[in-house]
Amino acid sequence: MGRVEGKVAFITGAARGQGRSHAIRLAEEGADIIAVDIAAQIDSVPFPMATPDDLAQTVKEVEALDRRIVATQTDVRDYAALKAALDDGVAQLGRLDIVVANAGIGSFGAAVDLEEQAWQDMLDVNLTGYWHTAKAAIPHLRAAGGGSIIMTSSAAGLKGYQHLAHYVSAKHGVVGLMRTLTNELGPDMIRVNSVHPTSVNTDMIHNKATYELFAPDLENPTKDQLVERFQAMNILPIPWVEARDISNAVLFLASDEARYITGVTLPVDAGSVVK
Amino acid sequence: MGRVEGKVAFITGAARGQGRSHAVRLAQEGADIIAVDIAGPIPNLDYPHATPEDLAQTVKEVEALDRRIIATQADVRDRDAMKKAIDEGVAQLGHLDIVVANAGICILRPWDEVTPEIWQDTLAVNLTGAWNTVQLAAPHLITAGGGSIILTSSAAGLKGLPFLTPYVASKHGIVGIMRAFAHELAEHNIRVNSVHPTGVDTPMGSGDGTQRMGDLIGAHPRLGGMFTNSLPIDITEPVDISNAVLFLFFDEARYVTALTMTVDAGNTQY
Repeated sequence: MGRVEGKVAFITGAARGQGRSHAIRLAEEGADIIAVDIAAQIDSVPFPMATPDDLAQTVKEVEALDRRIVATQTDVRDYAALKAALDDGVAQLGRLDIVVANAGIGSFGAAVDLEEQAWQDMLDVNLTGYWHTAKAAIPHLRAAGGGSIIMTSSAAGLKGYQHLAHYVSAKHGVVGLMRTLTNELGPDMIRVNSVHPTSVNTDMIHNKATYELFAPDLENPTKDQLVERFQAMNILPIPWVEARDISNAVLFLASDEARYITGVTLPVDAGSVVK
Repeated sequence: MGRVEGKVAFITGAARGQGRSHAVRLAQEGADIIAVDIAGPIPNLDYPHATPEDLAQTVKEVEALDRRIIATQADVRDRDAMKKAIDEGVAQLGHLDIVVANAGICILRPWDEVTPEIWQDTLAVNLTGAWNTVQLAAPHLITAGGGSIILTSSAAGLKGLPFLTPYVASKHGIVGIMRAFAHELAEHNIRVNSVHPTGVDTPMGSGDGTQRMGDLIGAHPRLGGMFTNSLPIDITEPVDISNAVLFLFFDEARYVTALTMTVDAGNTQY
């Protein structure tokens, strides 16, 4: 029997990367999935975002595990659309037990140079989108008699990094939202925790814009040249973690094995936060 | 196949309570166990101390799962006895992958009734004992090419719960040694984390201490709220802590290190 057998999980940003990995990992352990993703570009993001084909691939991989999935192309900034997608998913799958607020964007710039739009897009997606996700989900979790909300923050939710003022602010804000919801929802047996990855081996770091941020001194930096620079951020001798490592933490927090764990900021960061 | 099949775990304070629960839970998932416990008296405890019969019961429960267990009556304060127990356990079971520094005592007293003996005993068992455990076991993890060390701290390792001065000091100290070891042992691919339970339903919470706690909170009502959990439960079960230990054990948490992992129903956030 799977570790989240019979449960239903709502995952934002599920078209690829960590979100798809969470969908697959939870499905492997018996959960059905409600997936949303913008599956479109936001102009201030300097690398390609997910596509409808990516979201269709997530559907295919979950269905290959004999689990059900209801996927909708939805922007977490649009509360009405997000709520409609979730309500529809719950109507089809019968209940809601697990929420993974994961949809996020990245962009870079010194605080003094950041464009207004880049700042606003970041807060809208990476912080307001999380609040929207929780707000839409809470009534369903209450109806189920409890549940688990997991918010993808970042090592940047616990410490500051140069050239990421907006990202760091949003990810710290997620911790504040998580801690408040912990206390507001505790009486309903709804647990709320955050996970804090270091760099994850996904499209969000393996792109030209991120490479140039890490290696402004190199012309056309390659993945191999970046290993040492990424590794320097971690205590454990590795450059980045895999999406599945975050999914394993999400799975643990989602499962009944963590039934009394709430209010935790869980780094999956190879020690980067304490370095 | 179990989630920690073929691994070997060293657990201190394994005669009963959380320690026994860790031994049983890890054995359920395929691990062999090296267990130690003082299984004898310590002055000033308000609850019954563990006994050799308790340790024998842990052995019985692990063996009933068809796993091997080497159990030794040893005091975590006694470095020679600890080293012998660890080295012999590893010699018999072949290697060592996980260390759970769990042995601890908790003596409830208001600040002005803590004696030097209570202070020293608490630090010696809870903090020096944990340091002995990690320092003496780590060479075997290095030999194995890596591993996972979990130190049992407490909600009292993150907040100053009242009537527990030496306990709070020792459990905060656990966070310090956890963080220091995490850095120094990282180059050996060894991860070091701490777990922080709220109240757990074990013999430590039995005996005269329960009455004493009620009396102290009655006399200092403003402090009573510090023991409140966010989730609507009063106490957790040992298996809840064991599940966190299991998670931190191996591959699923392979990049989790230097974490203060609360299993506290929200107590430290409330």
